[in-house]
Amino acid sequence: MSDNVLRLSDITMQFGGVVAVDNLSLEVNEGQIVALIGPNGAGKTTAFNCITGVYEPTNGQVSFYDKVIVSNYPHGKMKKLYKGSNADKYVHEKILNPTPDKITRKGIARTFQNIRLWKSMTVFENVLTAKHLHAKQNIFTSTFRISHAEERRMREETALLLEEQDLLRFRDELATSLPYGLQRRLEIARALATSPKLLLLDEPAAGMNPQETQELGEFIVQIREKYGVTILMIEHHMDLVMQFSDQIYVIDFGELISHGTPAVVQADQRVIDAYLGVVEEDA
Amino acid sequence: MTEKKDKKEVLYSLIGIAVLLIVIIILEKTIPSTSILFSVLKKGAIYSLAAVSMNLLNGFTGLFSLGQAGFMLIGAYAYAILTMPVTIKLSDSVYKYYDCIVGFQLGLIPSMIIAGLIAALFAFLIGLPVLRLKSDYLAIATLGFAEIIRAIFQWDTIGPLTNGANVLRKYLDLTDVTLPFSNIPFPPTLFIFIVAGICIAIIKMLIDSSYGRAFKAIRDDEIAAEAMGIGLFKHKEMSFIISSFFAGISGALLSMYQYTVQASQFKTAMTYEILLIVVIGGIGSISGSCIGSFLFIACNEWWLRFLDESSNNILGLNIMRSGFRKVVFSIIIMIIVLFFSKGIMGEKEISIKRMVDRLRRKKPKPAVEEGAK
Ligand SMILES: Nc1ncnc2c1ncn2[C@@H]1O[C@H](COP(=O)(O)OP(=O)(O)OP(=O)(O)O)[C@@H](O)[C@H]1O
Ligand SMILES: [Mg+2]
Repeated sequence: MSDNVLRLSDITMQFGGVVAVDNLSLEVNEGQIVALIGPNGAGKTTAFNCITGVYEPTNGQVSFYDKVIVSNYPHGKMKKLYKGSNADKYVHEKILNPTPDKITRKGIARTFQNIRLWKSMTVFENVLTAKHLHAKQNIFTSTFRISHAEERRMREETALLLEEQDLLRFRDELATSLPYGLQRRLEIARALATSPKLLLLDEPAAGMNPQETQELGEFIVQIREKYGVTILMIEHHMDLVMQFSDQIYVIDFGELISHGTPAVVQADQRVIDAYLGVVEEDA
Repeated sequence: MTEKKDKKEVLYSLIGIAVLLIVIIILEKTIPSTSILFSVLKKGAIYSLAAVSMNLLNGFTGLFSLGQAGFMLIGAYAYAILTMPVTIKLSDSVYKYYDCIVGFQLGLIPSMIIAGLIAALFAFLIGLPVLRLKSDYLAIATLGFAEIIRAIFQWDTIGPLTNGANVLRKYLDLTDVTLPFSNIPFPPTLFIFIVAGICIAIIKMLIDSSYGRAFKAIRDDEIAAEAMGIGLFKHKEMSFIISSFFAGISGALLSMYQYTVQASQFKTAMTYEILLIVVIGGIGSISGSCIGSFLFIACNEWWLRFLDESSNNILGLNIMRSGFRKVVFSIIIMIIVLFFSKGIMGEKEISIKRMVDRLRRKKPKPAVEEGAK
């Protein structure tokens, strides 16, 4: 078996009475590109938020390289309200819900469905600031430029990263002044600046035309090779998903309804039903 | 490339600062020291530091705090108590109704630093519970803190420390500043400018460092900052502590400048004055805070004074009386806020290098235009 990078075990996220993610288990292995798909409101972004510490899942565990990083079971008020399954399975495990920055430190970086670049900063500063988490300097050595060697190294690495991503031409422009597609690229570059082992992309091709989407797919494959990252992405563009992913997980109403290689998923009747249902609603 | 640019920028800034200091020295040598110009300059510099330290938190970290007067109060008292000579503490001239319990005296500079540290300690303690919550709570908590601390400092029970509600005086003030290793008095305005200038320079260096960028990331988008590995609590706490440290030092400078200090003067109105300076200057601009501070102090204490004199009549109407100044002042502020919604400087900084570049570019410009034709 290949090395396991990320494993969700029975992740359930319940908001009040709404179960947004229901008993979701999935695996991502080293070097794979895995897609998480599903109709609008299926719970994909919520699943990301459970992995990255934005939300504290109501039940279940997240492991990263076979080490549990998030763990919870229904307790307190949720003990009574809980509507999901496996309520007792993790009761004896220690509750773990680190803040997002701790998760990023461990090597999981993400992008956002609605781009969240730092708007007062230039392209260069956006990436440079993402290098702060691994900086060894403290606030004193940083202020008084005692650690200027590290600062210089961070700047060089940033310039290199931007060059590799073909963004160096825009280095001194405000991040938010870039065209939409490039902002998405920059957000990926910023996530890469944290030196992740796993990259979570939330709808990287949103708002792109077919040609841009195709380019993005090739770009994601390049990133995987160049930086040795494993990728889990949420996407609605089916051509992108089918062409570039190794594994696909499909969720609907928070529940896993299918998973496997693109060919398997494409042929699965439940997937077709789930998507057809959405098309009917839209029409 | 950018590093070279930065070096030039630093060089120009240093030259600018040197020129400013020389101007101050010349002014202090030529104009009588009782001139109102000097009190405006001194108070302006002190308020600059207070405003810049508030800007570090409100403008650069995006944390809205209203505790400035409280931290300045702590700094002012710590400084006054620490530098008061022991003989005065023991006599009845200041501590009339209490026996002062601080039986020692420290030098001017160490006391100033300790004043900052004590203010920082309070910030640390307030931050522990409050900065874990949503940002809005900080404003409420700090406002409450400033009110409570003012009441506590006037409280009878700790009178042996703070002299209760009575004034503190006869501590080391601006007339006690001397040139190092001598008894020659140091020009007082110059002294305030140097201390405030050093503090502001340190804040500026912090803002331009990796930590400063992390602060700005939190201000721009907290969720993105946290997702990129920037610990929110840790960085907010740092910014709050450092901001309060410098607020404490500005309080110490204020007590030096005033010769007397009393807790009742550090009202919430003082915090609002400083907040106003920050907003007028530009939230997120250090030079804006400094410009705003000098303009504010000059208008408030000098240029608009004539409006309060009822002997001046306009069109025979006797509208000028004490308090009219405040009306005009409010109107000016409203105009500024209306027409410069981002303050005088916005988020930009004054750059001497940019000015020099612009002047240089002006000369060859006609040639370029001709060529274009
Ligand atoms: N903080 C929250 N509080 C309450 N309900 C929430 C919260 N976050 C998400 N939800 C609900 O969870 C469900 C799943 O939302 P989510 O954003 O994960 O969907 P998604 O699969 O990412 O959809 P899309 O494709 O539109 O991005 C939705 O019904 C949403 O209303
Ligand atoms: Mg989503």
